[in-house]
Amino acid sequence: MRDVLIPLAVVVGVLAGVFAVAAQLVWLERRLLALWQDRYGPNRVGPFGLLQVVADGIKLLSKEDWTPPFADKGVFVLAPAIAATAALLSFAVVPFAQNIVISDLNIGLLFFLAMSSLGVYGVVLGGWASNNKYGLLGSLRAAGQMISYEVFMGLSLCGVVLMAGSLRLNAVVEAQREMWFFVPQFLGLAVFVIAGLAETRRIPFDLPEAENELVAGYHTEYSSMKFAMFFLGEYLGITLISSMIVTLFFGGWLGPWLPGLVWFLLKIAVCIIGFILIRAALPRLRYDQLMALGWKVLLPLALLNIIVTGGVVLASGSRLSD
Amino acid sequence: MANIFTTLWRVFRHAFRPRVTVQYPEQKFYLPPRWRGRIILSRDPDGEERCVACYLCAVACPVDCIALQATEDEHGRRYPEFFRINFSRCIFCGFCEEACPTYAIQLTPDMEMSEYRRQDMVYEKEDLLIEGTGKYRDYNYYRVAGLAIGGKDKGEAEREQAPVDLRSLLP
Amino acid sequence: MTTIYIDNRPYEVAEGQNLLRACLSLGFNLPYFCWHPAMHSVGACRQCAVKQFKDENDTKGRIVMACMTPASEGTRISIDDPEAKAFRAGVIELLMVNHPHDCPVCDEGGECHLQDMTLMTGHTYRRYRFAKRTHRNQDLGPFVTHEMNRCIACYRCVRFYRDYAGGRDFDVFQWHNNVYFGRQSDGVLENEFSGNLVEVCPTGVFTDKTLARHYARKWDLQTAPSICVHCSVGCNTIPGERYGKLRRIRNRYNREVNGYFLCDRGRYGYEFVNGPQRIRRAMFCYQPETAAEPFGRLAAIERARVLLEPCQHVLGIGSPRASLEANFALWTLVGPDNFYRGVSAKECRLTDTAIDMMRSSDMPAPSLHDVERSDAVLVLGEDLTNTAPMLALAVRHSTLQREIDLTEKLHIHWWDDAAIRVALQQRRGPLFVATPAETKLDDVATHIYHGVPDDLVRFAQAIAEALTAPIRRPEGMSPDLTALVEKVAETLYLAQRPVIVSGVGCGSEELIRAAANIAKALGSAGRRPGLAFAFPECNSVGLGLLGGGSLEEACRVATTDRAAAVVVLENNLFRRVPEPQLRSLVDRSRHLIAIDHEENETTDFAEIVFPSASFAESDGTLVNYEGRAQRFFRVLVGAEETQESWRWIWELLPKEQQAAHAWESFDGIQADLAQTMPAFAPILQTSPRAVVRIVGQKIARQHARFSGRTAIHTDQDVRETPPPVDRDSPLTFSMEGYQRMVPLSIAPRQWAPGWNSPQALPRFQEELRSLQELDYRGQTLIARLPSEESGYFASLPPAFERRPDEWLLISLYHIFGAEELSVLAPAIAQLTPPPYLALHPDDADELGLDQDDEVEVKIGGQTLRLASRWNLSLARGVAGISVGLPGVPPLELPVWAGLKRVVSA
Repeated sequence: MRDVLIPLAVVVGVLAGVFAVAAQLVWLERRLLALWQDRYGPNRVGPFGLLQVVADGIKLLSKEDWTPPFADKGVFVLAPAIAATAALLSFAVVPFAQNIVISDLNIGLLFFLAMSSLGVYGVVLGGWASNNKYGLLGSLRAAGQMISYEVFMGLSLCGVVLMAGSLRLNAVVEAQREMWFFVPQFLGLAVFVIAGLAETRRIPFDLPEAENELVAGYHTEYSSMKFAMFFLGEYLGITLISSMIVTLFFGGWLGPWLPGLVWFLLKIAVCIIGFILIRAALPRLRYDQLMALGWKVLLPLALLNIIVTGGVVLASGSRLSD
Repeated sequence: MANIFTTLWRVFRHAFRPRVTVQYPEQKFYLPPRWRGRIILSRDPDGEERCVACYLCAVACPVDCIALQATEDEHGRRYPEFFRINFSRCIFCGFCEEACPTYAIQLTPDMEMSEYRRQDMVYEKEDLLIEGTGKYRDYNYYRVAGLAIGGKDKGEAEREQAPVDLRSLLP
Repeated sequence: MTTIYIDNRPYEVAEGQNLLRACLSLGFNLPYFCWHPAMHSVGACRQCAVKQFKDENDTKGRIVMACMTPASEGTRISIDDPEAKAFRAGVIELLMVNHPHDCPVCDEGGECHLQDMTLMTGHTYRRYRFAKRTHRNQDLGPFVTHEMNRCIACYRCVRFYRDYAGGRDFDVFQWHNNVYFGRQSDGVLENEFSGNLVEVCPTGVFTDKTLARHYARKWDLQTAPSICVHCSVGCNTIPGERYGKLRRIRNRYNREVNGYFLCDRGRYGYEFVNGPQRIRRAMFCYQPETAAEPFGRLAAIERARVLLEPCQHVLGIGSPRASLEANFALWTLVGPDNFYRGVSAKECRLTDTAIDMMRSSDMPAPSLHDVERSDAVLVLGEDLTNTAPMLALAVRHSTLQREIDLTEKLHIHWWDDAAIRVALQQRRGPLFVATPAETKLDDVATHIYHGVPDDLVRFAQAIAEALTAPIRRPEGMSPDLTALVEKVAETLYLAQRPVIVSGVGCGSEELIRAAANIAKALGSAGRRPGLAFAFPECNSVGLGLLGGGSLEEACRVATTDRAAAVVVLENNLFRRVPEPQLRSLVDRSRHLIAIDHEENETTDFAEIVFPSASFAESDGTLVNYEGRAQRFFRVLVGAEETQESWRWIWELLPKEQQAAHAWESFDGIQADLAQTMPAFAPILQTSPRAVVRIVGQKIARQHARFSGRTAIHTDQDVRETPPPVDRDSPLTFSMEGYQRMVPLSIAPRQWAPGWNSPQALPRFQEELRSLQELDYRGQTLIARLPSEESGYFASLPPAFERRPDEWLLISLYHIFGAEELSVLAPAIAQLTPPPYLALHPDDADELGLDQDDEVEVKIGGQTLRLASRWNLSLARGVAGISVGLPGVPPLELPVWAGLKRVVSA
């Protein structure tokens, strides 16, 4: 019975927690952007405007759920679901604390990479099914961007895997008891952060929805709850990438005095704020710059990181025996 | 590369700057007297309606949101029978005020005029007419016009001679 | 054509033309005040100054007045010369010295020639700091408001009122800076054309008093080209509408018809459109003896169809005040055999005779323009000023024509008005007026002859005989009269363009034939005389051409055929024949369906009443006195259930007939009419089809500056509805559409950039001439038959002799009040005299009657009580009745009747 109830509780808890965090991120992002722009941001609904997300939710729910007559209806409905689900699935392997993980797979990292790659389907299909030129262009960009950066993202993590000697995320966290990986793997971290931004299509890599050229990119035709799913997918993405950064480079739930979960949450909070700060400060890249950065800078860096880490690990000869 | 971090830092520092947002409606802000807000119809220093229903505001209006009908009292004084502004169309450009030859129509520093029903945005003369002279205290159109009205005969306006006596041949 | 140089560029203009007119029609903006295209130049205002140069080497030049300088080969002038510009600016500054600060409260504002000219010369700031001269105003009656402060002393008003229209009670007074234009004292302007002062005055001294009661600026009026419905002349008008009410009538230039002016009945009769007597909803009379009540459109149609279906005969009563299309629709509904014209048998006869005479005449009936240019006019029996006012104005103007022709020998240009008047002094060309009583044309007539209609016939026959017509000479004519006959005959024979004007007003068929006799005699003598008849109503000729029996015949049929239902179209039968005769037709037990826009006795009797549209709310064709078919366009959309009569009738047609008659739009019914009756085919040329677009646009009825679009209806509902769709014409009820100049027959307004007043017209008249091929100025429907020598009318009535106890009653007409629709306008009603009986004072003495005593008249079965009046021009033994005025029943005149003084108790 315990075997079933505890994992179930974990699943439900994680799902609820992740949803709550993603939803509240809307509020957080707007407040923080306002903070850095000398404004207040949403502060009217509830204390500090915390209930803004409720208002937004009601608004989105009550909007007309419009499916364009020229759209490919089935795919049109499916796409936002894929986008949200793919992001959500990766949370199955994230160790929120030592014991709070839905499934501590031994290929956890691989699973994460696989699932985040699936996210591109949501975007591509959404843009394609919209049968809208902006949507199509947006999704084409997204496909190019996400597939490219998937490569560096995977490569950037090889260093971590080499050092941890395992793809299981809890093992990766455990491996950081002496030293968080961001010190030896700062190159990997840099590449991973940039690739993560690109994966989540955040500024400065939000070309798929560049509003001044593509209206709203792949979700131009989306409204109401379907739009909300894309929206949710994006914030889930941020949370996920933050969780991965924390898990892989900042010791995950490790930390003194406080319980592991609290440490984990604190760390991802800082990480998310960092993401938002980047959005607040940096301008959007041009598409050719994006690709050049990826293939000409990040790829060599990631490869260099693997070689150096591999060399060092080989030289120290410590963990390879696992 | 360093630029990016400088930018990030600079933006981050804004978190500790004072806010520029004015917390309306708890905090009111200053609207200058010539602010182009809610339109009113004023009265002349004698307390009579200034509007002479010349239709110039209506024709100047780029969104055609002013409609009125001229009429006359028994002494020949012109005034609007009705005067309607559809504020749901008004763009507060102030052309009506500029066109008005009698300073009757004026824009005021009041912009709090939202309504839940669009129909309530239609203002009639009763809603527009105020008791005072508005921005221009002393002007009285009929004191300079040549038209005779009740209380002002021919030749009694500013800079007017007494009416010509047609029976006289004196120069 | 000759070449002149304006600012060193060559232009082709007409030889001898004055430079002002030439410049204006070439499109130059040259300001002026005293010049008027109909009244020409006097050179008084000094505003049209230009610089004239001797030749191309002359750099100095001299300032001349363009309106007083003829265009000759090689004339070189400069409009843009700085000195000429400064001169013009100086003149306007001086004119403006005393002009009051009135524009916002002035009705002329927005269509003011003075405003336009002031702006044109660039005088935008008043430097004059001293006191302004002021004047007191006069009350000039219900038509014209007087505001003398605004006067700039251009003298156009007196030139029009006295010189052109022949008024006597208006003049210029005082001197130098104080000149005053007005009457000797307050009072109603007596001239029938006083309303033109509003358009003639370049500023706001004279403004439209009826407009002031519901004032709207020119740019706010929704306008469309229309035709006046108040007499048979068919003047072209531009009515203006705002907020669903007709606001005013303005003149629309048509060279052939009314030129630049309108009569006061046409200008001020429009207010019946807004009257409380208008029917706006379909009504049904639930029980006999009760008033009809609103019934709902569809229910009323359904009820009418149920009523009409079982009837073997449906009698259709047409109307001379309804459009050709409406009458044709009724003709179609009831069939040719059951269509009646809705006028008395006598009027039918008179109209038919007159039309026959026009058909057999050698010349087409003269237009007003032709009458104006005529050099000898004979008026036979018609009081034109009161029955066809604009025709009277044309006749009045014609008296100058011969003398103007003569001035060419003195090297005076035809447009040099002041010089011509000095040369003419009081000389006038030949005009002979032979009428039963005095007329307003008597003052310009060379000779006047007053006689009863029969005597007029004898007079006319004598003239025809003197012109060698093979008819008997009337015997027993006085030597004076014989001399007059000889003189008239000689003058007409010698004239280049003689015109004979008669009409149905006398009630004498013989007079119409006699008038035609004179024309025929002149024709066979190789002359080309014009023959014009005045008809009673705006579409009398059209209805005459359509044919159909008289109202009496309809009554007879109704007496024998009890089962017949009656449909009455826009007609008050009680104005047509005496009430007892109508009994069988307007019986309470009979199904009477009336289609009308005014409540009257007939609609009171009707079981079902459909609200038809007045001229302002409908499209239609009217045929004027010369047989000219002219199209009028809808100015406004009728309120509530109002729609055109032919649309109502179409809805009453049986289903299978509806399919056969495609009357969805006006073009449909016009095409149907032209196809069914080929004689009417020319009406298709009177206007463009509804599908016509100019650069892809319809013509906008609303000015580009039309205001209040998003506020007019918002007191009802803040949501805006799209403008009504006009399927019937290439015009649209919107400000979106073609705004620039189009041919005047389809032009909703006369406007040129910078020229907002009626004076915009001369500005583009040249342009108009080039548009003439496109123009639809009316088409004559009178197909002329070759004249027959044998066709002389030979009958001679006996000379008039007094009878001891009886008086011959004749008709006296009144411009204000005698017409059914205009009398409903308050301004016209105000000037309508109470009904009266006019007698020679000696006759009145005999009866013991003083002015305004009540007198009893016994005609046939009817007894009338009227106030008595003296009229010195009536012969002894003759009494005149003011026919058509409210309170006077329909009468068949002339007729003998007994008179009796009523002794008040």
